[in-house]
Amino acid sequence: MAASAVRILIAKPGLDGHDRGAKVVARALRDAGYEVIYTGLHQTPEMIVNAAIQEDVDAIGLSILSGAHMTLLPRVVELLRERGADDIVVFAGGIIPEEDIPALRAAGIREVFLPGTPLQSIVQWVATHVRPRGVAA
Amino acid sequence: MVGVVTSEEVARLARERRRWEETTLAESLARQPERPARFATLSEAEVARLYTPEDLPGFDYLRDLGFPGEYPFTRGIHPTMYRGRLWTMRQFAGFGSAEDSNRRFHYLLAQGQTGLSVAFDMPTLMGYDSDHPRARGEVGREGVAVDSLLDMEILLRGLPLDRVTTSMTINAPANVLLAMYIVAAERAGFRWDQLGGTTQTDMLKEFIAQKEWIVPPRPSMRLIQDMLVFGTRHLPRWNVLSISGYHIREAGATAVQELAFTLADGIAYVQAGIEAGLDVDDFAPRLSFFFDCHSDFFEEIAKFRAARRMWARIMRERFRARHPRSWWLRFHTQTAGVSLTAQQPLNNIVRVALQALAAVLGGTQSLHTNSMDETYALPTEEAVTVALRTQQIIAYESGVTHTVDPLGGSYYVEALTNRMEDEAEAYIRKIDELGGMVRAVELGFPQREIAEASYRYQQQLERKERIIVGVNEFVVPEERPIPILRIDPEVERRQIERLRRVRAERDERRARAALDALARAAEGTGNTMEAVVECVRALCTLGEICDVFRAVYGEYREPAII
Repeated sequence: MAASAVRILIAKPGLDGHDRGAKVVARALRDAGYEVIYTGLHQTPEMIVNAAIQEDVDAIGLSILSGAHMTLLPRVVELLRERGADDIVVFAGGIIPEEDIPALRAAGIREVFLPGTPLQSIVQWVATHVRPRGVAA
Repeated sequence: MVGVVTSEEVARLARERRRWEETTLAESLARQPERPARFATLSEAEVARLYTPEDLPGFDYLRDLGFPGEYPFTRGIHPTMYRGRLWTMRQFAGFGSAEDSNRRFHYLLAQGQTGLSVAFDMPTLMGYDSDHPRARGEVGREGVAVDSLLDMEILLRGLPLDRVTTSMTINAPANVLLAMYIVAAERAGFRWDQLGGTTQTDMLKEFIAQKEWIVPPRPSMRLIQDMLVFGTRHLPRWNVLSISGYHIREAGATAVQELAFTLADGIAYVQAGIEAGLDVDDFAPRLSFFFDCHSDFFEEIAKFRAARRMWARIMRERFRARHPRSWWLRFHTQTAGVSLTAQQPLNNIVRVALQALAAVLGGTQSLHTNSMDETYALPTEEAVTVALRTQQIIAYESGVTHTVDPLGGSYYVEALTNRMEDEAEAYIRKIDELGGMVRAVELGFPQREIAEASYRYQQQLERKERIIVGVNEFVVPEERPIPILRIDPEVERRQIERLRRVRAERDERRARAALDALARAAEGTGNTMEAVVECVRALCTLGEICDVFRAVYGEYREPAII
């Protein structure tokens, strides 16, 4: 599948302003040929899900470093489900203690990337796990 | 000795260097070539094999370095530096509730720490009360939650506010937190002129890097002007503004960008103070700076030395300040949080020690050393203690404090200091051409420069052009888990309860009147800081006060730059 057919929303939930990781990942995905939309900072789960549906994306990458991941990340998946868009693949990255990862996975976050993850691993993961939605099989 | 090399000697030196290159060096390289590594600073400046007086053409000791405590202060702002007084060991702290943070302050003072530093949680930084929908899950997480005067009084309970200095890392609502501090102190029996400390208040770097804002850049500058005027009138020992490069660096800037953008921010604030009608010498002596100290040892030392020299010249030549205190660049340093790794976290102790040593060799006035576990969460008590002990070992065991500016005169350090100054000056000229820093920020210029540098750096890591031990080299599969500090979710519930009690029990008419008066000041030309102090006395909450600014000036929306 050509990368360019896939649209990805990179989003910053929560109030922290640490957007270095989000921007670097957004650029790496763009350089890999994906169409990338970046929400900017301080987004509520509602704003993120609205943007994802409006932009008709295939995946959402959530970057969070504020410590509020257990509250905000599951909420994004929940809202997607309510809006019937839970085929959008959600992945996350940031400062997230390893012991929180199982609960996040159980809540529907498909993958969690921790600090120090090579960009290439993220790009490869997206290539393997994200497909355009709604394209007839 | 540097500075007295004649042209004849330089010519002889050049001849000798060529001879050395053709004989001793050539033979050595034939036997053992240099490693294939790229020798460059973190700012991507190529580093030569060897530095000699040839690398300092036109060097003039008295003009370029001078004596410590004298213009241009390259060697330090005090004549005796650490022989007279060690730097202030100031560990950033604050988490959970005001009670938790107050307990940690008492603990840190008992451990020999000499200054307090308060970290606030995200909702406080953004000017939201703890019960605001956007505060959900964030209350007390990255720092302490302060909603009203009551929280501030609990935070400061029992602290000797006339003897400690308090640094508050707060920007967009800095006026509100400063008002809470001085009113709480007053109610505890202290006079305003006894209170020493710093509010960060540096909004330009928020727009550039840290990204915690409320209103757009121009009204933000107006609020800062009102604080500068208020501080000059009422708070002789308070530093209203701490011009910060730290967050700029952490967002991915190079050392040169950190230096240039920070000083350019400083220029914008001094300009703003003058435009508010202040005499430069009435407020410039209380401006202070805050820098990062990253892992490139010599580059960081050169950055601090260049910063002092550049600021002295800016203040004296550009702003015609007459008071030598106005020429001083006093600064706090924090070791680079971004350099710490989640992998093999004990290695972070070593990184922090090297960075702290560079800050001391660079002549810092105060220092925060990061704790080994900070990549995951706020530090545990054990980790904080090791970080503080690191400073004490440098201060009391290493001997580096015995003489002033021990690396002054090193051919490499002086050449690097000159080069950083040249490159930073080029950035400042560019920003002047754009119309100053406020305009440059509106245009997204520094934001874009930092995003570029940060992406380049990440690519270098991926290609292993730069090695981070334990991350892209010397990786081990098994990681040792380290204990991390968890914030009890109860904190959020209790905080909201207290906030609602304050709102329910206060004199509502007085609170409304104070908020109305603030709105009038914000719309007109009255001093907003005076009005905020009255709001705080009337028990208006942080969110209510900031809502007034949102209503009058609108909220800032960032252009999303990737």
